[in-house]
Amino acid sequence: MDYNWDWGVFFRETTFEPGEIYLDWFIYGLGWTIAIALVGWAIALLLGSLLGVLRTVPNRWLSGIATVYVEIFRNVPLLVQLFIWYFLIPDLLPEPLQQWYKLDLSPAASAYLSVVICLGLFTAARVCELVRTGIQALPKGQSSTALALGFRLPQIYRQVLLPQAFRIIIPPLTSEFLNIFKNSSVASLIGLMELLAQTRQTAEFTANLFEAFILTTLIYFSLNMSLMLLMRYVEKKVAVPGLIAMGGK
Amino acid sequence: MDFSPIPNELPAMWEGMQLTLKMTVLGVLGGVLFGTLLALLRLSHNRLLAGIATGYVNIFRSIPLLLVIIWFYLAVPFVLRWITGADTPVGAFASCLTAFIMFEAAFFCEIVRAGIQSIPRGQVSAAQALGMSYGQSMRLVILPQAFRKMTPLLLQQSIILFQDTSLVYSVGLMDFLNTARSRGDNIGQPHEFLIFAGLVYFLISFAASRLVKHLQKRLAV
Repeated sequence: MDYNWDWGVFFRETTFEPGEIYLDWFIYGLGWTIAIALVGWAIALLLGSLLGVLRTVPNRWLSGIATVYVEIFRNVPLLVQLFIWYFLIPDLLPEPLQQWYKLDLSPAASAYLSVVICLGLFTAARVCELVRTGIQALPKGQSSTALALGFRLPQIYRQVLLPQAFRIIIPPLTSEFLNIFKNSSVASLIGLMELLAQTRQTAEFTANLFEAFILTTLIYFSLNMSLMLLMRYVEKKVAVPGLIAMGGK
Repeated sequence: MDFSPIPNELPAMWEGMQLTLKMTVLGVLGGVLFGTLLALLRLSHNRLLAGIATGYVNIFRSIPLLLVIIWFYLAVPFVLRWITGADTPVGAFASCLTAFIMFEAAFFCEIVRAGIQSIPRGQVSAAQALGMSYGQSMRLVILPQAFRKMTPLLLQQSIILFQDTSLVYSVGLMDFLNTARSRGDNIGQPHEFLIFAGLVYFLISFAASRLVKHLQKRLAV
């Protein structure tokens, strides 16, 4: 029984800087976590949608490329991918870019760049599969009708298929969006001081391990819950009329 | 790029792979067992038990696995000291395995719950009409069918766990990835070893998910 519970620990001054309390560390950390997740998500959504469309187009080569992409990025562990982006790829870059990455960027900036690209491409493979399912869930008649009306293929996707597909896949897309927040914690393993890394550091500096980890658990939990509620609201707003998901009788 | 030192290091990396596989198998077994229990609690008529199980699942599904691994690694020694009153050394393996089981159980719970709920209600009534108790109808009628239906999903989740075991890197456990990395660093060829590790993970996961897809077709009811 030699553990001293002390919830006041978050308001104690850190040993690094006068005037800085431990709670500040959690706030910085959360800031990094959100910055990683949002930019990573933007990449994932753009690239994933493009790949998802490619998987459904009537062209073997294009859909083949997208399939290979998905298989590679889904079957290699996230941590291995992160190490590849952080340790391996920079060494393969041409000289000037390598200089920039290794010398001009601060350590935090280069880690951030690696982790954002890594998570973006990793999540894109998952988004791709969702977009594909969404497109394939639509009745075949829709694209045939559009074709008969004289739409060209890009128009069919932009004006008929995608607007419906995205609305159908909002629930699984939401869980991928939440996953990227959780997955961003791997950034702590390449030294980026995001939420988890700050928690670990607080635990080491204060010996108040349980308080620190309980706070972080609560932060992730409430982040998750609020994003889920937000997405549920969005889902209701944009639901496709006439589908079971609308909740009509 | 020079991959020639890799064959010499294969025995060491096989040791690491054994740890990875052991962690995966034990994690899946424990996770399914605990997850099934949670699913039964969630579906029970006792509001309190159902509420506790629901809360558990919601919390574990909203936090990162890495957080759980690191937390347990740091906290398990404290908890054991509270329980047993003496210093009980547990290795990183035991604390990581506990983390995987408790984390994965939340996901397995949802798979099992969906599996049970996909069984027609009439079967429960029929089992009751035959005089079976709740335990008997679950054990003899519902669960065998539910597990058959959800086997592909359970296996898919197991493949994800196989990949996620690489996160034990964070607490310094020598699994396959960590062994490959440290060997590569020692020899001075970290890139080749990293690529090799990625390739091995890819081949295993890819082959396994192909098998699962094949199985899915055969198991379709």
